[in-house]
Amino acid sequence: MVNFILLILIYTVIYSFMALGQNVITGYGGMLSLCQAGFFAIGSYTTGILTVKCGWGFWPTMFVGMFIAIVLGILIGIPTLRLKGDYLAIVTLGVGEIIKNVINNWISLTNGPMGIQRIPMVKVFGFKVNPYNNKFGFLLLSLCILLLCALFLHRFIRTRNGRALEAVREDELASLSSGINSTVYKVMAFAIGACLASIGGSLYSVLTLSISPGTYTFMMSVMVLCMVVLGGMGNLLGVILGAFIIQLISYLPELTGLSRVIPPQCKEILFGVILVVMMIFRPEGLLGRPKRQTNFMSDSKGTVLLYKAKHVCSNISSLFSNIKKGKGGKA
Amino acid sequence: MLQEFFQHFINGITLGGIYALVALGYTMVYGILKFINFAHGDVLMWGAYIGLFVYNAIRTTHAPGAFSVFAFFVAMVVAAIASAVMGMSIEKIAYKPLRKAPRLAPLLSAIGVSYILSNSAQLFFGTHSRKLEYPFDNSPIAMGSISITPHQILILAVSGITMFALMMFVNKTRLGKAMRATSLDQDAASLMGINVNNIISLTFAIGSALAAIGGMLVSLDFKVYATMGTMLGLKAFVAAVVGGIGNIPGAMLGGLLLGLLETFGVALLHIPLGFKDTVAFVVLIIILLVRPSGILGKNIREKV
Repeated sequence: MVNFILLILIYTVIYSFMALGQNVITGYGGMLSLCQAGFFAIGSYTTGILTVKCGWGFWPTMFVGMFIAIVLGILIGIPTLRLKGDYLAIVTLGVGEIIKNVINNWISLTNGPMGIQRIPMVKVFGFKVNPYNNKFGFLLLSLCILLLCALFLHRFIRTRNGRALEAVREDELASLSSGINSTVYKVMAFAIGACLASIGGSLYSVLTLSISPGTYTFMMSVMVLCMVVLGGMGNLLGVILGAFIIQLISYLPELTGLSRVIPPQCKEILFGVILVVMMIFRPEGLLGRPKRQTNFMSDSKGTVLLYKAKHVCSNISSLFSNIKKGKGGKA
Repeated sequence: MLQEFFQHFINGITLGGIYALVALGYTMVYGILKFINFAHGDVLMWGAYIGLFVYNAIRTTHAPGAFSVFAFFVAMVVAAIASAVMGMSIEKIAYKPLRKAPRLAPLLSAIGVSYILSNSAQLFFGTHSRKLEYPFDNSPIAMGSISITPHQILILAVSGITMFALMMFVNKTRLGKAMRATSLDQDAASLMGINVNNIISLTFAIGSALAAIGGMLVSLDFKVYATMGTMLGLKAFVAAVVGGIGNIPGAMLGGLLLGLLETFGVALLHIPLGFKDTVAFVVLIIILLVRPSGILGKNIREKV
């Protein structure tokens, strides 16, 4: 039981990488991407192939995976992101399928549908982290990397680049006219999202120690999207909470021993319902978007003065109009 | 060489006819609501399932012949009507409340709907694929050195007639005029006394009915299964973009072009079959790079 809960937590963390990436693309950038599973697969397969066939260690393969995902993200992003966001959704949907297609058909590299087995375990300072016996250790390891990523995003969105990205989401035309090159920031967001998904993929391959193309389905991308929408777009904590809830829902039949009673499609239908219902009734998600703490009126003294002056003026003018109407100076 | 060319041409045109039928649904909805109806492919799949059941129920054990052709057309009409109702109700439930929301909201909602539809089909009908038997003897007819199957003739005839009817409807009738007006400017159209909600429902109904017809036509060659709509829908969308999204003749042209490209790509360029589906996406990316507004689309500058 404890092992099972630990497993759910590990999966929550691994999916959180994808969800954080989706959050950069969808939450910060306002674009819809549907191929997080594809970039996840790239991370997994980079780690799998390099460790098994070339004998590399885990850590360098993770960085190679990130690099490949970033390059691919930029290559896909440049033609599609110059246009309206809708195209990105359909292109990424196709890209996810193509990545799966390539993995399935490029047998000399990926073993095709057979997948890659016997991936070596991850080593930290010479200690092997065995995902079967030492689930807690693995959880701790992946949680550390997740926290690093979350910290990076937390800072990123407050930098000049992050703010530019949010400006593009809010109003592309206005930000263009303020000198923001919207394509650059969109491609940047897309690449960061791809890179995060790839980190998750690398960790996934050292968790299961064997990978096959059947894992990286469109369903996975929709699940990730669901996490972001459920938790709250643009909210890091919300996204991780969303990942946890979705993982809990998807393992609930096994956890309660009802997996024979409830057909597996039910939870997938539920994901669809979550998307529709959240969009109609609570589009900001469970936790919502964090509020900006920039109150223009109280920030600088000049604006406060201006505001007060306006207030006084309007009071005076209403006073005069009241006097004109003959009501006396009660206002 | 030349006869081979004509053979591929016929194959490409028939494939393209189906893409065009499905692409019309995407392009009409995009023209009016400016969003991609992700659930379109799944409506197609449900239409194919409904058609399959009606067809099997009427036909029972009849051998291929006149009666089963009749059964096929009855099933097609029933499937088209059922899908039209389905498309309209999806619009009312999942898209209408989001009409004033940011652009991302209806897209996400559409993905949710698509997911609900495909998984509920798996739940009700199982994951195995079913065969839709040919209502006629499908042995190829030789025309000189080119051969054409009756199924291909059926596809060409049905898609040709429906597309012609749609063009007549959109260009010659009052409702069609209202539809064009709504896609130009919703507010202005409603001020002119057009009931915009009804027009949007009608658009979804027509698009879904065409999808169901396309679904019935493909499932004669390929089987009926719960995810059949995904890839077909994607390619149809590519076709709509190639022709210029929002443009009805464009969708037809784009569908035919994509069908031709795919057949010629596999046959002449020797693209391996595993990568056949990739052709559509390469085409999409090239079109987006070179001419994002599509072949027949107008490049509209956004105004503030």
